[in-house]
Amino acid sequence: MPVNQRAGKQFIWILTAFGIGGMLLLVDSKMYNIFAYFIYTAAMLLLLVTIFVATDIKGSRSWLVLGPISFQPAELAKVATALALSKFMSSYNYKLKNWRDLIPLGMFVFLPFALIILQKETGSALVFVAFLLMFYREGMNGIVLLIGTFAIVLFVIIIRFSIVPIQGDRGTLGMLLAMFIIVAAQVIYAIFVARNRKEAFLAITGTVIIAAASYIVNIWFRINYNYIAIFTVLASCVYWIVIEMINRYKKYWLIVALSIGSVLFCFSSDYLFEKVLQPHQQIRIKVLLNMEDDLTGAGYNVNQSKIAIGSGGFWGKGFLNGTQTKLKYVPEQDTDFIFCTVGEEHGFWGSTLVLAIYWLFLMRLLRIAERQREVFNRVYAYCVASIFFFHLTINIGMVLGIMPVIGIPLPFFSYGGSSLWGFTVLLFILLRLDASRLERLR
Amino acid sequence: MINDTLQNRRYVIAIIMSAIILVYILRLFSIQIIETKYKEGADSNAFLKKTQYPPRGLIYDRNHKLLVYNKPAYDIALIMREIKDLDTISFCKALNIDKEYFINRIAEIKDRRKNPGYSSYTPQLFMSQLGIEDIATIQQSMYKFLGFYIQNRTLREYTFPIAAHVLGSIGEVSRRRIENDDYYTQGDYAGRDGIEYTYEKQLRGEKGVEILLRDAKGRIKGSYEDGKEDIAPKAGVNLTLTIDVELQKLGEKLLTGKVGSVVAIEPKTGEILAMVSNPAFDPSILVGRQRSKNYWSLVNDPTKPLINRATQAQYPPGSTFKTIQALVCQQMGGINEHTLFACNGPGSSPIKCTHHHGSPVTLLGAIEQSCNPYFWNTFKATLEKDGYGEKNHIFKKRYQEWEDRIRSFGFGGKFEDSDIYEQSRGNIPKQKYFNKYFGETGWRAITIRSLSIGQGEILVTPLQLANAMSIIANEGYYITPHLNKSDSMLTKIHKAQVDKKFFPIVNEGMWRVFEFGTGRAYKIPNTSMCGKTGTVQNNHGKDHSIFVGFAPRENPKIAIAVVVENAGFGATWAAPISSLMMEQYIYGKIERQELLERMSTSITNFDVKER
Repeated sequence: MPVNQRAGKQFIWILTAFGIGGMLLLVDSKMYNIFAYFIYTAAMLLLLVTIFVATDIKGSRSWLVLGPISFQPAELAKVATALALSKFMSSYNYKLKNWRDLIPLGMFVFLPFALIILQKETGSALVFVAFLLMFYREGMNGIVLLIGTFAIVLFVIIIRFSIVPIQGDRGTLGMLLAMFIIVAAQVIYAIFVARNRKEAFLAITGTVIIAAASYIVNIWFRINYNYIAIFTVLASCVYWIVIEMINRYKKYWLIVALSIGSVLFCFSSDYLFEKVLQPHQQIRIKVLLNMEDDLTGAGYNVNQSKIAIGSGGFWGKGFLNGTQTKLKYVPEQDTDFIFCTVGEEHGFWGSTLVLAIYWLFLMRLLRIAERQREVFNRVYAYCVASIFFFHLTINIGMVLGIMPVIGIPLPFFSYGGSSLWGFTVLLFILLRLDASRLERLR
Repeated sequence: MINDTLQNRRYVIAIIMSAIILVYILRLFSIQIIETKYKEGADSNAFLKKTQYPPRGLIYDRNHKLLVYNKPAYDIALIMREIKDLDTISFCKALNIDKEYFINRIAEIKDRRKNPGYSSYTPQLFMSQLGIEDIATIQQSMYKFLGFYIQNRTLREYTFPIAAHVLGSIGEVSRRRIENDDYYTQGDYAGRDGIEYTYEKQLRGEKGVEILLRDAKGRIKGSYEDGKEDIAPKAGVNLTLTIDVELQKLGEKLLTGKVGSVVAIEPKTGEILAMVSNPAFDPSILVGRQRSKNYWSLVNDPTKPLINRATQAQYPPGSTFKTIQALVCQQMGGINEHTLFACNGPGSSPIKCTHHHGSPVTLLGAIEQSCNPYFWNTFKATLEKDGYGEKNHIFKKRYQEWEDRIRSFGFGGKFEDSDIYEQSRGNIPKQKYFNKYFGETGWRAITIRSLSIGQGEILVTPLQLANAMSIIANEGYYITPHLNKSDSMLTKIHKAQVDKKFFPIVNEGMWRVFEFGTGRAYKIPNTSMCGKTGTVQNNHGKDHSIFVGFAPRENPKIAIAVVVENAGFGATWAAPISSLMMEQYIYGKIERQELLERMSTSITNFDVKER
């Protein structure tokens, strides 16, 4: 056994991972397609059983312990869901075109998501959001991604600035900014879909006049800024509908619906934040948004992680010479915060190198995906790319302090057997599929 | 290929992935290359810069006997965040403190107004200066009290329980001193008075730094770079004092039960051989945990043991001043060695004589017999020699000359180039004072007659008196009295404004005091000595008993001044004490054991606490 017990253990995990990879390569590639639903069903049952059987580790019930080995079925669920989605989407005459087509896919994703949430492993559950990227490639309307992004922006603004009051109690900055962004989005959309300059001009001037008028009304009558902002948005919606009726141009319905949806979303953001999220999650988000400076509590990890990385400088302190990581200032430094060690010991060049390798890896996955001739294979490849990308984004973003603290591992880097096995299985099935991509043509 | 229309979306996906990775690289660039605060954060995290305290300089007496040295002491520090499941009761028991003290102390540490540097991550001082005996109980059970640490320090230790006023003490530095001197930080110790204060910079040495690696839980993980970056502390410089420890001991013994002081000086060098002030205290009580308790009990003691009477108490010099008067008045031509004045004994006017002797008397006889009328006449003759002049201006000029010459003996001001921190100025009244008090022309020789016999407004310290005796012993000059033997002040000769030729007659007069006069009972056999007694009237009760002198008459080795407050005649108390001190210093031992026994057991003030 080497000096460091965990290093030794991880070494054994790596060896076994190669064994598993080898076995996966030996399986006939068609088997993955044929047994996809079976594997999915089995994985879901395992997730369900885990909720009741698992022992409580730090509040989460996601670990199955078998003697010396403990395993997280959630890792297997990713592979199973990817296979099931691939099979479903590659089935005869399935096309992802309408919203309706998304519903069965949503069910496939929602089931493991919900089960893992029940295991109190929010981080692992969120990984299933990554499949949106694959859906997009397979034909989902891009507007979904845009709406998602827009919703996150609005949410952040509402949460971040709702604590800033305007002129005493006359509204909050958060709501005002959010409404301003909605109006701005309307204008951009108008320019984007306008058939000619006249239409674009009409849309822009109308919106600006409504906004200015509401502002003047507010100065005279001193009404709450929030109401004025909401009134502006609604008034401009009415204006769009009127224009639409005059011009007989149906494109504007969407923006009206989205505007109203956004206003409702803004109103429910506070509620979502305070009622749906757990207190520790609320604090993590507040720390991320610089609303709280809790350096001893929730902010400690991220602050120490930034200190460790920042102290690395350009060249780093050298292998095993990191003071912050070796002295254990950074918690979870061999699992979720492992990138700190790279940042501290190998500096800017080392961390950039690691990111570059991940980038090459992702590009390679995309290339493999695109060269597949079967939908099943391509969908699966995009699933793999999406999952790796999501892990990378969340993990490194968290370590760098630009994403909330969500505990998911960095693929092939973090300590831990389950996740290593999970990633290995994910990747080697793809290799197997890729290796036989030409078989049908022969 | 399949699904061609959507194939371009692969580029959108690739761009999203690339963009995120690019943002992360930029973020890395910003925190690793541009920002510097993270590097500082890392240093303060991981490097514990532990101050290495240098051993404070040792203090020796003139014969290189050790007086002050260091002993190990212990501080108890705590790190607030690390305290877990503390069993307060057994903790207090182990440290021998009560629970209330514990609670108050914790509140004090947490109070940022009182403790501006407070952080729950860094060690805070909980109790300081514990001795090995205080720490013994808790040391074994320290493991039970998570978050508490024992830190090493040194404390002063004294070989003899004497010379507290000379040595002074050390205590925690005040906030003001921290602001004025970058060397100190909160919780440091520095000399507060005496030699410890004057020679603080030499004695303290230089602090060193040990850089230790500290992990997230505050545990020390060894030294950084194997200690290459450490700075070794520089030990303080040892001091050799001019004090003779045997003489000092004897002085303190002789003053037992009395309020007063003894100052002995080597006339040729200005070195202070002994400086005793009583009531005194054992210097070791102002060390360690009991310091503040003991300090306040000394402050509240009505006999004021904290005052160094040898340098801070001011008395009218009384008859001892006649020696100086004789010198100055000769110099100013008021009298010469043959001048005779009549004395009517107790019937004399305006000042009566307290002794019985023949009349008229010469200068010699007047010194020997301490004749008050003689010195009044001398004073008068000196000041009125040229008449008063218009608006007394001639008289005032004479007074000014008299005052200047008196001051040249070291009276009326501090010894500015001395290393004695606590000094009083004494007082030689200026014209201005009398002008204000009696009006510009309202005062004449007769108005200020008390000055002629060393009474009235004139005030001197025992140190100034002993120094004046040095001048007479040296026939005209003095070296500033000082305490550090290695700091020779021989080049700084202060001349008294009296010519050498006027000294022998005063010298002889003072010799007669021991041969035939008030000091004859206390002459050391076979030693020619010079001295002068003084019995000083004052407002606080019985007269002060004062004696000044030097010995041997030829080639004097010791000049001395002794004051015993409210004891009575100078000849009864101060004279024998002086005599014993001189015998001790000249011969290194005392033959007159009976006298020694009598003087060291007699008590003049019952308030003075036994030590």
